[in-house]
Amino acid sequence: MLLIPCPNCGPRDETEFHYGGQAHVPYPENPNELTDTEWSRYLFYRENPKGIFAERWVHSTGCRQWFNMLRDTVSYDIKAVYKMGTPRPDSSSRATPETGTASTGPDSTTTGSAAPSTSTTSILSTTAPEGATK
Amino acid sequence: MAETAASPTSADKNLAARVSPAKQLAEAFAAGSLAGTVELSEVPFLTMVGLRADAGSETATRLAAVTGGLPAGSGSVATKGDASVLWLGPSEFLVVAPTEAHESLGGDLIPALREALGGDSGQVVDLSANRTTFELTGPRARAVLEKGCSLDLHPRVFKAGTAFSTEIANIPAILWKTGEESFRIFPRASFAEFLGRWLLDAMREYASPEVP
Repeated sequence: MLLIPCPNCGPRDETEFHYGGQAHVPYPENPNELTDTEWSRYLFYRENPKGIFAERWVHSTGCRQWFNMLRDTVSYDIKAVYKMGTPRPDSSSRATPETGTASTGPDSTTTGSAAPSTSTTSILSTTAPEGATK
Repeated sequence: MAETAASPTSADKNLAARVSPAKQLAEAFAAGSLAGTVELSEVPFLTMVGLRADAGSETATRLAAVTGGLPAGSGSVATKGDASVLWLGPSEFLVVAPTEAHESLGGDLIPALREALGGDSGQVVDLSANRTTFELTGPRARAVLEKGCSLDLHPRVFKAGTAFSTEIANIPAILWKTGEESFRIFPRASFAEFLGRWLLDAMREYASPEVP
């Protein structure tokens, strides 16, 4: 069971959340101008990295808000939690997630810095089809 | 449309015909409650109103004037008189008030909130039938809840007067600590029977002497 630090509610059990797939997949600016291949790439093709992965989660039985999370797909370590619409933080400057049991207090220490990524953008650059906006 | 709201007598009849979601468990609750240890009962038909307004907006300020403030963050509860506002999300709140506050019984809470919202974006929705209320009290109430709730319920963390939307017995519910040894649990109406029976089962061990 993951202990996920919700930015509004603090650390809660994984069962309170739902998964939303890869984060930072931009909707194409002009979907009509895409070829079928590009459109299918936007719709169906997602990264499946071994290591740090930026993904969306929703706290469905808590505050019902979406947020982004950097998670290590090997160790399941949660590296950072950050707001929707903010750029992916640099995963090397990791915040230590709280250990222990689910808590009732929101915890700001687990929210990652919103600094734009410099070292990890290479993972994302392959996903955006031509004509896509960030 | 048939004439449904014709005479006051028919309204009285309608109220008498209401069945609360855990009505069928009333006897089991009474039989399963252990005076002085842990007691469970249903508080039926509380008035509940769902509010949605962006925190800090003018709409939120007007709604707050009616309810006596909106809670600021996770867990907090704003209380004015016998009505309380529970924080559910950054822009989502639940007003809990006694049965008499409902407009069908002459209460003015919901019309006042609706008027405060006006035509602005946001929500004032009567959710009284959405959830029912269980009251779990006694020195063992926390131990019963800890069997199915992963929140830290120790008094040093979970203070009286706070409420959280979480999972109890794997179903979504709102848990409100109203006093040092009393909790209110708000399951959705369709989960009431399940949660009622689950709580009764969790309470049963305290009826026998403790095994050393």
